[in-house]
Amino acid sequence: MTFLKINNLSIDYKMRKETVNAAKNINIDINKGEIVGLVGESGSGKSTVANAIVNLIDEPGKISNGSIFMGDTNISENQETIVQYRGKKIGLIFQDPQTSLNPILTIGEQLIETIQTHLNINTDEAKNRAINLLKEVGIKEAEKRFNNYPHQFSGGMRQRVVISLALCCEPELLIADEPTTALDVSIQSQILELIKRLTKERNLAVILITHDMGVIAETTDRVAVMKNGDLIEIGLTKQILVEPKEKYTKSLVSSVPPTNKKISRFTIIEKENLNIQNNNIKILNRWSKKSIVDQNLVKIQNLSKSFDDSFFTENTKNSVMAVDDVSFDIKEGKSFGLVGESGSGKTTIAKMVVNLFKPSSGDIFFDNVNVTKIKKNKDLLKFRRQIQMIFQDPFSSLNGRLKVNEIIAEPIKLHNPDIKSSDLDSYIHDLLESVELTQQSAIRYPHEFSGGQRQRISIARALATQPRLLVCDEPTSALDVSIQAQILNLLKDLQEQLNLTILFISHDLPVVRQMCDKIAVLKDGKLCEVSETEELFKNPKHNYTKELLKLMPKIESIYN
Amino acid sequence: MGDPINNMVGEETSDEERAELRETLGLTDPIHIQFSRFVVNASKGEFGISYQLRRPVSELIIERLPATIELVLISALIALVSGTLLGVYTGINRKGFLSDFILAVSLLGVSLPTFVIGILFIYLFAVILGVLPSFGRGEVIDLGFWSTGLLTISGLKAIILPSVTLSLFQMTYIIRLVRAEMMEILQTDYIKFARARGISEKSINYKHALKNGLIPVITIAGINIGTLVAFSIITETVFQWPGMGFLFIQAVQFVDIPIMSAYLVFIAFVFVMINFIVDILYYFIDPRIRVKGDVTSG
Repeated sequence: MTFLKINNLSIDYKMRKETVNAAKNINIDINKGEIVGLVGESGSGKSTVANAIVNLIDEPGKISNGSIFMGDTNISENQETIVQYRGKKIGLIFQDPQTSLNPILTIGEQLIETIQTHLNINTDEAKNRAINLLKEVGIKEAEKRFNNYPHQFSGGMRQRVVISLALCCEPELLIADEPTTALDVSIQSQILELIKRLTKERNLAVILITHDMGVIAETTDRVAVMKNGDLIEIGLTKQILVEPKEKYTKSLVSSVPPTNKKISRFTIIEKENLNIQNNNIKILNRWSKKSIVDQNLVKIQNLSKSFDDSFFTENTKNSVMAVDDVSFDIKEGKSFGLVGESGSGKTTIAKMVVNLFKPSSGDIFFDNVNVTKIKKNKDLLKFRRQIQMIFQDPFSSLNGRLKVNEIIAEPIKLHNPDIKSSDLDSYIHDLLESVELTQQSAIRYPHEFSGGQRQRISIARALATQPRLLVCDEPTSALDVSIQAQILNLLKDLQEQLNLTILFISHDLPVVRQMCDKIAVLKDGKLCEVSETEELFKNPKHNYTKELLKLMPKIESIYN
Repeated sequence: MGDPINNMVGEETSDEERAELRETLGLTDPIHIQFSRFVVNASKGEFGISYQLRRPVSELIIERLPATIELVLISALIALVSGTLLGVYTGINRKGFLSDFILAVSLLGVSLPTFVIGILFIYLFAVILGVLPSFGRGEVIDLGFWSTGLLTISGLKAIILPSVTLSLFQMTYIIRLVRAEMMEILQTDYIKFARARGISEKSINYKHALKNGLIPVITIAGINIGTLVAFSIITETVFQWPGMGFLFIQAVQFVDIPIMSAYLVFIAFVFVMINFIVDILYYFIDPRIRVKGDVTSG
């Protein structure tokens, strides 16, 4: 018996100039007790469909056609029915637990208000119910924590509170919109386990929206693939992931970095910019290519960094050790991975390597020179041109007021002030073509590009000084998988052709496996283990590494 | 100009008498001695004797203080209450005739100078309609330490025009601020999540959104009460309100330095005190400051 029936649903956003079809003729059926995944890249319309079910589409979006039936009731028909169903029959979980809770009300107040909105019970009963619920979702000392404010909980705990709020009136349908995207791997697996358990215990119908194919593989019974508002295909998860029928699904699945093996390149079926083929990297002609010497380009010894709470108190009581006595070496021409969950200190290390932070103690050697000992900015400049960084967020790492050619010209002019303008132009064009962008991109502004294209601009900017070491801080974590695959391929090509050394930072283990020769695992600022990539994945030594490997969502789990 | 003695004595005073007066007032001492004497006395609340009125400045200030405080408090109240109410209304009903109207009028409030509004009010309510007095405080009841105009009908009538005039600028400011805050907060995830849980619109607007929206408003409003005291100079002059601002304007015309310095020190003190109170208020309003983050892992 079908519990929720989405019939021919279309959603339009009427803009001033055009109407955008965010969803086109979507048909999905969901039964009780099953988890249906909704997967797609950004802009595919998956969240729009979820919001349409509870009639919370952002303005000016409107359901233009179709209907949504829950049991025998058409819930898309009138506003009053759906308002009554919200919270009572349909629970919703949003992506970011940091922003889902009202910061100035205690979680108890928020729970009681929600319970009393739907159930006719007094405050004491509501409180009992709330506390039992908090226990059920795994919050310890629920009686005490009941009176806490959201900021007193960690991210994972907050997401549990959010789940308890979504479930407090025993809804029959749960919609989870990227419920674990903002969380670390270990917490992600706990939250997904919790959702799976509650689905069984309460016989819920669950819609799980995610872009993570690993999560889909491990959690869902059936999956629907969306692209640009179209439902591409829907079916049993195993069937879709193993034998996808549609070309788009195939390309999506092949873009996902495998967790169980290292592949040399990602197969790209649909390319973002079809017009450019990257057969030769043009900047090679200008590149004073050095042959790889068998040496350690970067040596990090006993590196520590503490952030003090206040300027005056230098005692260790308040200070947080962001990086604690870390040592490792990076061989020239190799990729070195730094892996860890949030707060593990991986970005802090990167910023010390590129000299944006001063270490509290310890030394960083670059090409056998102790960079931490250099005091003069002029002497540092020599090293800065050899070390370049690519940041995580392609939207905030490019200055929106500058054109692309100005952005790329800046580092070139800094290190080579005498360059002729015609030479500069052709250099910029070569750089852009090397990262598979057209020459015309030079005179456009960053906002005219997609996230993946912007990250290519970032890479071009980093290459402008002809660096020897490229520090990539989560370069693809803000991107969709298919774009990620293309960027990773590009980085691999560039490294091979230009003999780059790469320090690759990521929380995403499968990605690191594809990219790196050697990996260091960090936890709370301390180094857990350093070993060759395949060795680390096959024979992890440290318990924490074993834990991480066990918990990461694996798309291959579908074969079991 | 500049020599207070000229203002204090008549034309026929001889040079000897002027020199003697200068000596008694201590005006012949070196500047640093005069200044340290001023600081020491000021810390005791003594600002010397008014050149013009020949009375201790502290006495004059205390006499005029109630009038200004009452005016400022009433207009702050008007500005806060009506500003918040109208701000919430326009923030929730973004489209609609009434919202557009309120915003259009508020634009006038921001752009018209206080004295123009004051004079327009006097013309309308005192001259044409004749319902409200155009100047003064009306009847005042002396409570010993405080003289209040709020307990008599004529006193209440007299305070309406000046307090409304004074509050208009702040009110429009608060309307726009509250509106912007409300609109921003109604877009946040936690409001969306509250809607998804079926919480009623009333609770979402007033319990969830407004409470969060008032936090920044309190900071701005606190600072603005300080500005109200300063702005009251113009309003008090227009309405001949017997407060400190009026006293200050008279002092400026007469180069009455003790009154001017005492007034400016007082304004500075008010600003510091209000900021201090606002900081303490924060502690009570925002749990993120009050309750230490006791984050458990997991």
